[in-house]
Amino acid sequence: MFRKLHEPVETVTIYVEGRPVAAEPGESVAAVLLRQAVVWSRPTPVKGSKRAPYCMIGVCFDCLAQVDGIGSVQTCMTPVEEGMKVERQQRQRCLPS
Amino acid sequence: MSKTDLLIVGAGPAGMTAAITARRYGIDVLVVDDQTSPGGQIWRAVETQAATPRGAILGRAYQEGKATADAFRASGARYEPRTQLWQVEPGFRAFVTHDGKARTIEARAIILATGAQERPTPFPGWTLPGVLTVGAAQVLLKTAGQIPSKPVWVAGCGPLPLLYLVQLLNAGGRIAGYLDTTPAGRHWAALRRLPKALGAGGALLKGLAWKTVLRRRRVPIIRHVIDLEAHGAERLEAISYRTADGQQTTVSADNLFVHEGVVPNIHAALGLGCAVEWRDEQDCYVPVLDQWGETSKAGIFVAGDGAGIAGAKAGQCRGALAAQRLAVKLGYADEQIVIKEAARVQKSLACELALRPFLDAMFRPHSRIFSPSDETVICRCEEVTAGEIRAMARIGSGPNQIKAFTRAGMGPCQGRQCGYTVTRILAEIQNCPAREVGFYRVRPPLKPVTLGELATLDQEEEVL
Amino acid sequence: MHPEIIVIGAGTVGAAIAYGLARRQCRVLVLDGDDRDHRAARANFGLVWLQGKGQNMPAYQQLSRRSVDMWSDFAAELTDLAKLDLHYEQNGGLAFCLGEDAFEKRRSDLQRLHNQLGGAEADWRMLDRAELTRLLPKVRLGPDVAGASFGQRDGHANPLQLLAALHAGILRLGGDLRRNVAVRQIVPGEAGFTVAFGNETVCAPRVLIAAGLGSQALAQQVGLEIPLRPQRGQILVTERVEPFLPLPTSGLRQTREGTVMIGATHEETGFDSSATAVAAADLSRRTLRIVPGLAEAKLVRQWAGLRIMTPDGCPVYAQSQTHPGAFAALCHSGVTLAALHSTVLADAILAGQLPDTLDIFHQGRFDVPKAA
Repeated sequence: MFRKLHEPVETVTIYVEGRPVAAEPGESVAAVLLRQAVVWSRPTPVKGSKRAPYCMIGVCFDCLAQVDGIGSVQTCMTPVEEGMKVERQQRQRCLPS
Repeated sequence: MSKTDLLIVGAGPAGMTAAITARRYGIDVLVVDDQTSPGGQIWRAVETQAATPRGAILGRAYQEGKATADAFRASGARYEPRTQLWQVEPGFRAFVTHDGKARTIEARAIILATGAQERPTPFPGWTLPGVLTVGAAQVLLKTAGQIPSKPVWVAGCGPLPLLYLVQLLNAGGRIAGYLDTTPAGRHWAALRRLPKALGAGGALLKGLAWKTVLRRRRVPIIRHVIDLEAHGAERLEAISYRTADGQQTTVSADNLFVHEGVVPNIHAALGLGCAVEWRDEQDCYVPVLDQWGETSKAGIFVAGDGAGIAGAKAGQCRGALAAQRLAVKLGYADEQIVIKEAARVQKSLACELALRPFLDAMFRPHSRIFSPSDETVICRCEEVTAGEIRAMARIGSGPNQIKAFTRAGMGPCQGRQCGYTVTRILAEIQNCPAREVGFYRVRPPLKPVTLGELATLDQEEEVL
Repeated sequence: MHPEIIVIGAGTVGAAIAYGLARRQCRVLVLDGDDRDHRAARANFGLVWLQGKGQNMPAYQQLSRRSVDMWSDFAAELTDLAKLDLHYEQNGGLAFCLGEDAFEKRRSDLQRLHNQLGGAEADWRMLDRAELTRLLPKVRLGPDVAGASFGQRDGHANPLQLLAALHAGILRLGGDLRRNVAVRQIVPGEAGFTVAFGNETVCAPRVLIAAGLGSQALAQQVGLEIPLRPQRGQILVTERVEPFLPLPTSGLRQTREGTVMIGATHEETGFDSSATAVAAADLSRRTLRIVPGLAEAKLVRQWAGLRIMTPDGCPVYAQSQTHPGAFAALCHSGVTLAALHSTVLADAILAGQLPDTLDIFHQGRFDVPKAA
């Protein structure tokens, strides 16, 4: 859906659903997700409809994902970090029991 | 708990300039911002990108932000990035979270420089992956050097789509077409306001230059588009639209970027109980402000696009004026001296504002976008349709009653995506102007915060 | 339209009575206030609750019991008419006890209340931590939880859907519901009561004041002195999470949508209905002592409502002695009592006479003998 204009000089590796993905320091997790072959989407908690990042400024909450085990993270507001693990959030969140 | 004389919320053009100005008078300033670096949306990532090829793609108005960011860094204002404001109480006590911890900030005065968001314009399929706002696409270009991999459809009205299309061409991107939703007749409406706008001639020329570039590069432009729809099962696959002659067209699409203007972020001001007024020509509420930007709540100021859409330069002027007024109010400067110093800023602001009536008239969205079809989801969080709002409007009346009855506005975005649509639908059903309908009551938190973060709040009192 | 009764107030109390009246073929005119008025009906926690009620007034416990026992039929009829699901469940409810002392105190409080009622079969019991863990398999309880009291008649409903359904029901039954009107004056006269609102005046042989905290001034105009005060209650609600809490509890319940409601404070702060960070922090801390796993849940919204409090916290049902035909109904448990309001109370108002069983709820109980 999206491509980068340039080959980043410096990269970090984040894990999207367990798969290693190169990312550039300073960019948001949402930006990386929009470059994936399978369009990133989360099923909504209400009807399970598929969503992807929409506003990129933190006001729509459609880019929520699980980041490093924490649910409902706004990925458009979260810069990538080496080793970060990003998972799709399945509808309603499961709380740790 | 930390204390400051002046808390500034937001580090965009207005917030940074307010901080720089306030520091000049020696005011103790703390700036909190939810982004990782200063610049706001217009100058996102400007510190690292201004001098790069990406900066060149984005244009001079973008690159100019670097100087302000540098001055801000050098101003001596305390700056806390990645910090979200979730509540403000009288006194003032501001509550923020940073890195999983909640904290209280005591401030004698607050400048809300929280900018704008793109006007939510629901249409069938707008929630599909692959549909983004033009602003979102531009943020991706600024922060990640990222453009659509296939020819993109852009639909909307306003200067931003034109600017983004030019930037995309500069970056080597491909454009399937621009669906211009500006209704017929807007040019004539705008022309009446042209003489006043000529004072800000530079901005007008910029707009003309963008259009020339699009023509020269043979970007397909389809005018007076209505009834835009996005189609697809799990992601965007096609779009359809109608043109003025009634003809409907369906084309395949990988990405669709939409934009129907911007509206002020008024949630923080509303949450504080600041008075707002409806502005017809911008189809939105704006806080009621005095000439310095002070709201109906003494000590709370709004600067920048949050005070009414007027652009970065006007935002800088408003930021400076708010800080100047506070220099007097907080006892850092003599009123007479400040009045003299502010005169120049007021003149620049007047010049910037002179352009607005022209732009507002030129790019006023089609009234149809405020009346989405029944099957359109209008609340993205709770997935409530326009039809459900209309059905409940037969039982309940005000926006808060409709929120209670339908759950529209109860999700994590706090009504930022559906608030105006609910107001407009109620106005249509009750056959009254939107100004009489009102808006959701804004409840804390302004941004979702975890119970764990709340439990860490540094509070001595207990109420239970 | 010539209404037989004008109901002032369309909150949960006024709307439930008006709905009951409309069901009895009574021509009702219901006057609802502005969208931004204080509205306890929209700030409700949603319990249909019995356990622990009536510590100082056993009749209140009995009143609540009658209503709770009618709730199921009430919900079914209303849902059928309004086509809105009230999300009503009556599978029992819990009150968590933090610490052994609190557990023992809860037991003795409930036992004393039970003894006051005399002879009835117990519909509550204390659950120790082990029993509680079995009852709530998806909840990892905090270490301080000693146990809980379990009330088998307790339940919960969606208070907003209840309000919407009552309004829809009134309209469907031919009632007249006016919105955004403030009542200026009630003038008692020969032919009944003339009520002035907006640019209108309407006359009816009967009038019911159920205008929450706005009732005091209106009631005086028909010779009823009802002392009332606002009491602030703040509530938190989280994002939607997987169902984990099968039963409502006194301060924590999971809604049908999956959101978790946390409440509520009891604050004497006058008419200030702002939500405070202090309360959010306190409520969060208490909740995390019970269910530590909720620490990760995002708070989506916090609000404050103003309870309609009488001096003893129990309802007021009264007919004016100086102006018969003028009634008042005020309480802060409009959801639990909705079933009773729409039946027993509606019948009584229609008959023009409150039954003996409701005598104890007359506002006269607050009269202080005037010093000579």
